[in-house]
Amino acid sequence: MELRKTETYSVQQMILEKKSKKKVNVEKIIPKLLFLMAAISVFTTIGIILTLIFETFIFFDRVSIVEFFTESKWLPFASVPSFGIMPLIVGTLKITLIAAVVAVPVGLATAIFLSEYASEKTRRIIKPILEVLAGIPTIVYGFFALTFVTPVLRDLFPSLDMFNALSPGIVVGIMIMPMVASLSEDALVSVPKSIREGAYALGATKLETTIKVVLPAAVSGIVASVVLGLSRAIGETMIVSVAGGSTPSMDMDVTSSIQTMTAYIVQVSSGDAGYGTTIYYSIYAVGMTLFVFTLVMNLLAQFISRRFREEY
Amino acid sequence: MKLINKSHVAKRMPVRLAVNTICKGLFFLATLVGLIVLAILFYRIFTQGIGHLNGDFLQNFASRKPEEAGIKAALIGSVWLMAVVAPVSLMLGVGTAIYLEEYARKNWITTFIKVNISNLAGVPSIVFGLLGLTVFVRALALDRSVLAAGLTMSLLVLSVIIVAAQEAIRAVPRDLREASFGMGATKWQTIRKVVLPAAIPGILTGGILALSRAIGETAPLVVVGIPLFIAFLPQTVLDTFTVLPMQIYNWTSRPQEEFQQVAAAGIIVLLILLIVMNSIAVLIRNKFQKRY
Amino acid sequence: MNMTLTKEKNSSAIVNGAIQPTALTEKVYETSGLNLWYGENHALKNINLDMHQNEVTAIIGPSGCGKSTYIKTLNRMIELVPDVKTTGQIKYRNRNILDQSYKVEDLRTQVGMVFQKPNPFPKSIYDNVVYGPKIHGIKNKKVLDEIVEKSLKGAAIWDEVKDRLHENAYGLSGGQQQRLCIARCLAIEPDVILMDEPTSALDPISTLKIEELVQELKKDFSIIIVTHNMQQAARISDRTAFFLNGEVIEYANTDTIFSNPDDKRTEDYITGRFG
Repeated sequence: MELRKTETYSVQQMILEKKSKKKVNVEKIIPKLLFLMAAISVFTTIGIILTLIFETFIFFDRVSIVEFFTESKWLPFASVPSFGIMPLIVGTLKITLIAAVVAVPVGLATAIFLSEYASEKTRRIIKPILEVLAGIPTIVYGFFALTFVTPVLRDLFPSLDMFNALSPGIVVGIMIMPMVASLSEDALVSVPKSIREGAYALGATKLETTIKVVLPAAVSGIVASVVLGLSRAIGETMIVSVAGGSTPSMDMDVTSSIQTMTAYIVQVSSGDAGYGTTIYYSIYAVGMTLFVFTLVMNLLAQFISRRFREEY
Repeated sequence: MKLINKSHVAKRMPVRLAVNTICKGLFFLATLVGLIVLAILFYRIFTQGIGHLNGDFLQNFASRKPEEAGIKAALIGSVWLMAVVAPVSLMLGVGTAIYLEEYARKNWITTFIKVNISNLAGVPSIVFGLLGLTVFVRALALDRSVLAAGLTMSLLVLSVIIVAAQEAIRAVPRDLREASFGMGATKWQTIRKVVLPAAIPGILTGGILALSRAIGETAPLVVVGIPLFIAFLPQTVLDTFTVLPMQIYNWTSRPQEEFQQVAAAGIIVLLILLIVMNSIAVLIRNKFQKRY
Repeated sequence: MNMTLTKEKNSSAIVNGAIQPTALTEKVYETSGLNLWYGENHALKNINLDMHQNEVTAIIGPSGCGKSTYIKTLNRMIELVPDVKTTGQIKYRNRNILDQSYKVEDLRTQVGMVFQKPNPFPKSIYDNVVYGPKIHGIKNKKVLDEIVEKSLKGAAIWDEVKDRLHENAYGLSGGQQQRLCIARCLAIEPDVILMDEPTSALDPISTLKIEELVQELKKDFSIIIVTHNMQQAARISDRTAFFLNGEVIEYANTDTIFSNPDDKRTEDYITGRFG
């Protein structure tokens, strides 16, 4: 076992020889390179904001910003065009509201079932299925809305138009439901077992424990999940483009054709609005409005989950 | 006198238990909604599209006649798109994750980068389209090319990949790093030889899921101006092209009933592609789970 | 250097339990006036310790006494903890390692470490052992093969694994994993081996094997071992330092510490009154 004495070479000697031949200092370059990569995500945000601001400025050079926010008609293709974004916002909110009516109760009930009632085995079956539902491309949902949901709804309500707010609204709700369910479930699961046991030990039923103890403890996470889901609904594009129509409207009717902010951008992009026209710049103004809407909601969701986070 | 009337409590117990059971049933029904919708969706699309799905459909280009329409250009186009998105987004995403997890100091710049990434994840995909249109298509004059679309898509999925890679890197136990440092390894040697190999399965799983999102995205490509109808294949990344979801969008928005079946056939192809990608991700996840 | 010298030193060089410098033992580490803070927490207080070549130096003390912190300072592993401040100096072979111009990689190439929990890489047994030589630029396959055999033999695990060198190290038992980690450490032929409670996660039989191994290894290496097991320190070490609340209470020849401690606190600890 005389390690050193029997050896014909020394590892330390070899290491020293190799070290003297070392070339460029990778250790100094790599962190800088990686920092540059990390900076790209920041540049992306800056790029988005600058792009939207610059092009929107050009738009407001041609169309008054007052008209944009107060005018009640969005008729960009008319011979005397009118650029009042309200109808697009109303269309977007209609979709979001219908989606919320579908996604919030179903998503929340699913979350409660999975976290409070379901066995581990059931969870292991249902959660991947919800993941599949969340992973289906929106264009597929759009096709489903147009070719299945709309015809079924028209059988039930014959007055429903071919393009309407109801059908895409419901399908957007289905699309965001898995997200609401999964984030709410995370919030419910993170409520410690000891709190539940406290209620059970007093003879409370599972339902009473869930509603009076678990839900209040998880409320910030649940609200944040709903806000995030609705932000997703506001930005959803293909379902509303395919099944919602392209008629901006201010009324509260959900049975007739509408247009959302996203659908307008798609309509202009798939047509050939020449580069440099007012219509071309209008998609940036609409995109800016959309961006602000979703940004505010995302920040709100972060604020809620940070501000009201329960410390267990 | 006792404050609690025991007989009253006992009498109410069956009611409370019944309400509990009813609500459990309601929660279960709500859970079924998602599953039922998924089943109907798959069933509808399968029955509508299967008739059109054959060898010709995969080999033909798009056509004005529904019976001759095929998906070749879109399928190959999607592969081209992935060939740009996969390397670009994985390299940037993993690089950023390594920086944040291994090198970044706790200061305001790091906090800013992290907040920025979580906000980027919430930006609607169509807004990325506007960015791509201005920066890649116009400013860098890449036109409606594979490269312009690929870079746009890479930025779109970047935040997802960063978060997945961060989690994978964080899951590598500290003592492996210590073992490597203890032998005189430098930081980068430790990352390259120990941390990354151990984190690769997690990174791949997250990466594939992010790519499967990119392969199904439509909105940003519509805005970038990728054509809906094309009858040739790209030769370089600077050529224009189309992808599966764009082709499906095109067929869906046509008035003729027959094109809906063509669209359904296209959706089947897209869904099969997604199922394959997701299965690979799940396989990797299961194979390498619980290694430490 | 061999065992007989150690024996001789035990009888002649020590007067009144204090260690006198002798011509026979060369110092590898000389710590003087070392203080260490985790943020505001003063974890090591004015440490003065010398460690000698081809000896086993044990560091004992109750949990939280700073013994782990101290051994991690000897190869500057402590720098992985954010917010650590040190003053004073630790000389390794007459050079102050706390000087920031001393490159940690060079230090750790000379000073190997074995950790509390066996921490082999999720790679093959072979790849675990060649990890160190490879990162230091040794690529020759024949040399690497030789290093693997010699290191595994040195860690007394060669016979158990020679037929499955290319299997994953995670298939080994805990005790085998720890000996593999020792082999991995031997592969770069360090001068000093630091062992941070190397047997705390092992069963008694594996512990015994490691202890025997340490006795073998000290012929070629200087070993510094942290242990919470007093019997272990008594069995395998030449000198023992007793740490309490970040201070060295007593440092002497192991026999002296365990048979005739100077300080009341040392006596209380080794007789099991606290700890």
